Amino acid sequence: MQSPHETGATGVASASASGPALTAEALVRAFGGRRAVNGVSLTLQGGACLALFGPNGAGKTTLLRLLGGLLKPTTGTTRLHGQPLPGDAETRRLVGLISHHAMLYPALSVRENVRFAAECQGVIDADEATTRVLTQLRVVDRADTAVRYLSRGLQQRVSIARALVHGPQLVLLDEPYTGLDETGALALTDALGALKANGATLVLVTHNLSEGLALATHSAIMQHGTFVDEQPVSSSGFDVSAYQAKYRALVHEGLA
Amino acid sequence: MSAPRLSTTHRPPSYLADAWRIARKDLLIEFRTRSAFLAATVFAVLAVVIFRFTWDPTAIPAMDLAPGVLWVIFTFSGLLGLNRSFGLELAERAYDGLLASQVSREAIFTGKVIANLVFVLCVQTLALPAVALFFDLPVGPSWGIIVAIVLLASLGLSAVGTLFAAIASNTRLAELLLPMMTLPFFVPLVIPAAQATAVVLRGQPIAEGMAWLKVLLAFDLVFVFACIMVFPFTIEE
Amino acid sequence: MSSVSSAAPRSATVPEPKGFDAFLAIAMVAVIAACARALFFTPIDAMLGAAQKIFYVHVPAAIIGLYFACGLLFISSIMYLWIKDERLDRLAESSAEVGLVFMGIVLVTGPVWARSSWGTWWVWEARITSTLFLWLLVVGYLVLRSGVESIEVRARLSAVMGTLAALLVPFIHLTVKLFRGMHPEPVVLAPEKPKMPPEMLMSFGLSMAAFLLLFFALLRLRFRWATLRDARTAMEAA
Repeated sequence: MQSPHETGATGVASASASGPALTAEALVRAFGGRRAVNGVSLTLQGGACLALFGPNGAGKTTLLRLLGGLLKPTTGTTRLHGQPLPGDAETRRLVGLISHHAMLYPALSVRENVRFAAECQGVIDADEATTRVLTQLRVVDRADTAVRYLSRGLQQRVSIARALVHGPQLVLLDEPYTGLDETGALALTDALGALKANGATLVLVTHNLSEGLALATHSAIMQHGTFVDEQPVSSSGFDVSAYQAKYRALVHEGLA
Repeated sequence: MSAPRLSTTHRPPSYLADAWRIARKDLLIEFRTRSAFLAATVFAVLAVVIFRFTWDPTAIPAMDLAPGVLWVIFTFSGLLGLNRSFGLELAERAYDGLLASQVSREAIFTGKVIANLVFVLCVQTLALPAVALFFDLPVGPSWGIIVAIVLLASLGLSAVGTLFAAIASNTRLAELLLPMMTLPFFVPLVIPAAQATAVVLRGQPIAEGMAWLKVLLAFDLVFVFACIMVFPFTIEE
Repeated sequence: MSSVSSAAPRSATVPEPKGFDAFLAIAMVAVIAACARALFFTPIDAMLGAAQKIFYVHVPAAIIGLYFACGLLFISSIMYLWIKDERLDRLAESSAEVGLVFMGIVLVTGPVWARSSWGTWWVWEARITSTLFLWLLVVGYLVLRSGVESIEVRARLSAVMGTLAALLVPFIHLTVKLFRGMHPEPVVLAPEKPKMPPEMLMSFGLSMAAFLLLFFALLRLRFRWATLRDARTAMEAA
């Protein structure tokens, strides 16, 4: 059973007229006897952002990998623009993946890393797209430095550039704010906001409630592989501290 | 602040272009760090020197010893380069980015095989002359055949070695596991290669070595194809 | 809305560990009986002498180790890639280990026979050389298995190696045969079977049957052990 989620009430237009961008139905993923994801369903339109919170081990990373097509579900289905995931080449190209691992080649320069990703994703003006996204994330001045010489925070920004250079329509972010300084965090939030405005769908896993909720149109709390709470997030007058209290209550309830 | 254009025109994936790009990327990284190449070349030269100094020329003629030396060095120096093939992908989990992209699994594997092949051939470019030099081997037009043997054997070693490097990268003690798994697979490469090399060095007609060359060729055909086919199974899904 | 269903326990049937395995006991009795018959109640080969009696252990072990055990290993590996049934993986694992034992018997009895017949411990004869390479291959397979903890990852990776190993075997045979063809040796290790008198054939047949029984008994035992171990791992993880 799934309840359709509406986009936020701030006038963000839904990009696709032809149905939801991302759906998941009764997703289950087991590793041996253990169900990391145990029945998750969701529907997201283009331009929506789902903020996913939860304690460690809740299954959030596994869920992201399922949504990104890196893992096959044990049972259940997930679809991106109607195409099943894991998908064919064209469907895979629609996805951008950001995790707290850098997903970079330390020996190569910033520009080489991002251009490689762009070319792998079939971007035609790879050089131009690379420069553009590096500028957007404010690392273009270090473009020819090898990644291994950069600080963790800068590496994270490069990693984000790598994920966004091909203009993905589904962006999956696993704790992307980890290690980012204020400039970086701001650049990321701006980039994600722009993506949303262009109709991309975001799923953001984070421990930082306020940062996650700033971008979110929906939020969910995950525990033991399922959503124990979910609700739309309106940008006007959302009470973060109340949500925080609810989060703590639910999580400690689950742990008790 | 300009937004990244969602409607950037994209090219569909191309097997050859993707494989070539991945090969170039692997080789560029190896060129920058040079660690595996140096290890392999130093090993090769040291091994030749040691074999040379423990060899009694009056007891065993050079023709009999040199092929074995050459191909033992080939095997172990080749192994040294294989581990980094997937090590570089897993260091910062760049592999996930590659797997999530539109690039096909076959292209990833082929690209890495090409990179490993170039690596092995570069090492051999130094090892072969070293063996010829230290063992006073006659160098003549027949060395074209030896080069062909090296090419064939290198292809087989790269294909099988890359596949097992992918497997080993999922395990503990990958560097230890890789030789243990692959050495039996190199037997139908190394023995035919050594035998064919001996035929050439002794000045015997090539026809006597044809059977061995056919084994090499058959091995390459079967295993390059088989390894491409089973490679997707080395990736968790 | 997400469904709220707790993880269902795995419905694998966990076999009860038995104290006494009747099948294995019978098999061992059969092997001892067959060996006794071979040693005391079978005529000595005129040409090869008493040492030839090792043949009654060496050849069945070779046939079972190389064809049955390795064959099972290869087939279950290939099938696992297709069907992904865990039991196939356990069968592959068990075949590999039991096969290692039988091939080990070949590699020990071979040199013993060679030593007593020709004075050298090792002869680079085609079949025993191939057995040595296969033995090393299976060792590599088992070492791979020991390097992976997750049951599914281990099954998947082992199946890949098992499949490639299956393709390798003809190449090993070919290589060794070609090599031997260039350096022929005067004597072959195993006598031609049709030339054997009926009593020797009978002993050989009995020995073969006994060792086959032993193989299946050991295989079954090892398979059950693997099932128990995997079930316990799954329960601990869940």
